[in-house]
Amino acid sequence: MTTVLFYVFSAILLGSAVLVITARNPVYSALYLVLAFFSAAALFLLLGAEFLGLILILVYVGAVMVLFLFVVMMLDINLARLREGFLRYLPLGLAVALVGVLELSAVFWTAPLGRLTAPAGSLSHGTSNTRALGTLLYTHYLYPFEIAATILLVAIIAAIALTLRRRPETRTQAIGEQLAVQVRDRLRMVDLRESGK
Amino acid sequence: MVLETVEQQAWWPAVWSLLKIVMVLVPLLLGVAYLTLAERKVIGYMQIRLGPNRVGFRGLLQPIADAIKLMFKEVVVPSSANRFLFLAAPVLAFVPAMLVWAAVPFGPGMAISNMNAGLLYVLAVAGLGVYGIIVAGWASNSKYAFLGAMRAAAQLVAYEIAMGFALVGVLMAAQTLNLTRIVEAQAGGGFWSWYWLPLFPFFLVYFISGVAETNRAPFDVAEGESEIVAGFHVEYSGMGFALFFLAEYANMIFVSVLTTVLFLGGWYPPFSFAPFTWIPGLVWLLLKTAFLLYVFLWIRATFPRYRYDQIMRLGWKVFIPVTIVWIVAVGVALETPLRSLLR
Repeated sequence: MTTVLFYVFSAILLGSAVLVITARNPVYSALYLVLAFFSAAALFLLLGAEFLGLILILVYVGAVMVLFLFVVMMLDINLARLREGFLRYLPLGLAVALVGVLELSAVFWTAPLGRLTAPAGSLSHGTSNTRALGTLLYTHYLYPFEIAATILLVAIIAAIALTLRRRPETRTQAIGEQLAVQVRDRLRMVDLRESGK
Repeated sequence: MVLETVEQQAWWPAVWSLLKIVMVLVPLLLGVAYLTLAERKVIGYMQIRLGPNRVGFRGLLQPIADAIKLMFKEVVVPSSANRFLFLAAPVLAFVPAMLVWAAVPFGPGMAISNMNAGLLYVLAVAGLGVYGIIVAGWASNSKYAFLGAMRAAAQLVAYEIAMGFALVGVLMAAQTLNLTRIVEAQAGGGFWSWYWLPLFPFFLVYFISGVAETNRAPFDVAEGESEIVAGFHVEYSGMGFALFFLAEYANMIFVSVLTTVLFLGGWYPPFSFAPFTWIPGLVWLLLKTAFLLYVFLWIRATFPRYRYDQIMRLGWKVFIPVTIVWIVAVGVALETPLRSLLR
């Protein structure tokens, strides 16, 4: 049963991954990428790695691809012009693909195949693998984890700093000031009987 | 020959799962139908009107009439729309709204699937509904629908972060991702041992983010009928529209149930002594959920719609800092004697 499901999800994953780069409409490409993430998450779940599978859906499908679609939908892409440079960039693409293939084969060459395909559940002794992963990340891999977090934080700040434009001419609300307004700032009571005398 | 009981048959687990799904989804869809009636009645009375009162006794058959009307209306596909995605979008919105119920516990051991990573599952699946909205907005090939979709996407990303942080707080306090065990961690005294008290900022942030994620007033800029007609579903009619509608109301019920499970003690009674403990847990769960649904309607009848930039400000500049501060507070509390407040 699991084997059948594995081949079904793998076939969907590979098929949608191919369609990502061959689909003519970029919105379709983005949606096929979503399908590819889904199938990958299903494969993680089949391996018993529920944390990785769900985080893949949560982060990539739930947030990253929403923003991707957001951008892709707003582009008015001329496909003919996109295809113009195809032959010129082909060698570069092939070189990148070759490096990828080499790296993957290096991994398969050095690591024993059994360790790569063993279910993740068997690594954690009885506890859920979310807990096992958390324990490992915060004990054995604490420094790499914290360094990665710091790098991401710096990247966030840099991205904001690079795109931040202060525009003094635009009018914005000062919400703190609005909330701090008292009645006496806005309303002046006039005693009419005094003036009518 | 020994007679085998039904539970020992090879086909029983599959049939039992299907039965459980039916037992959850049928009451859910009925609940959705009558939630629409409750909404119109409650808002009607709040605005000193009667609400629907013509079909059936005091309007009780109104949802049935609405359903029949929507089913027999023609589905119109705009001529320049992307036909496939236009028809797929309502399904993309509806399916996640049903899928999330797989992990919801209705009582001890009463869940379609009592999964270990339940909290993560509901957060992941609940975020998928926005694809229906975005795809609908794009495939309609209409500027109003498109504007609605853009707003929905930006709003979802902003509020999902705050929502995720609020849930991180809950899982820190409960030390588990399993929804059933999160409820069990709130057992003990009465309503003061539930998480709404020690995790009060998360309770507020989660519920308000839930209102925002379901695109309900005052966060319904994705529909915004006074500015962009009906937003993302402006081109839909008949069942296409009905599926969006069903998904929105099912999501409302889901957010209410999950708030109950995470912060209001799930199926536990508010006082753990005699007359309250006689009432079954499922009734308590449904009562709390019904109260939160009433709050949804109450909010809608009370507040004007937020302006778009105010929504973004609330999500990014208020909720996220508040939740981060309270996560640190909970983390500190767990390492000091204060942890007795959380356990």
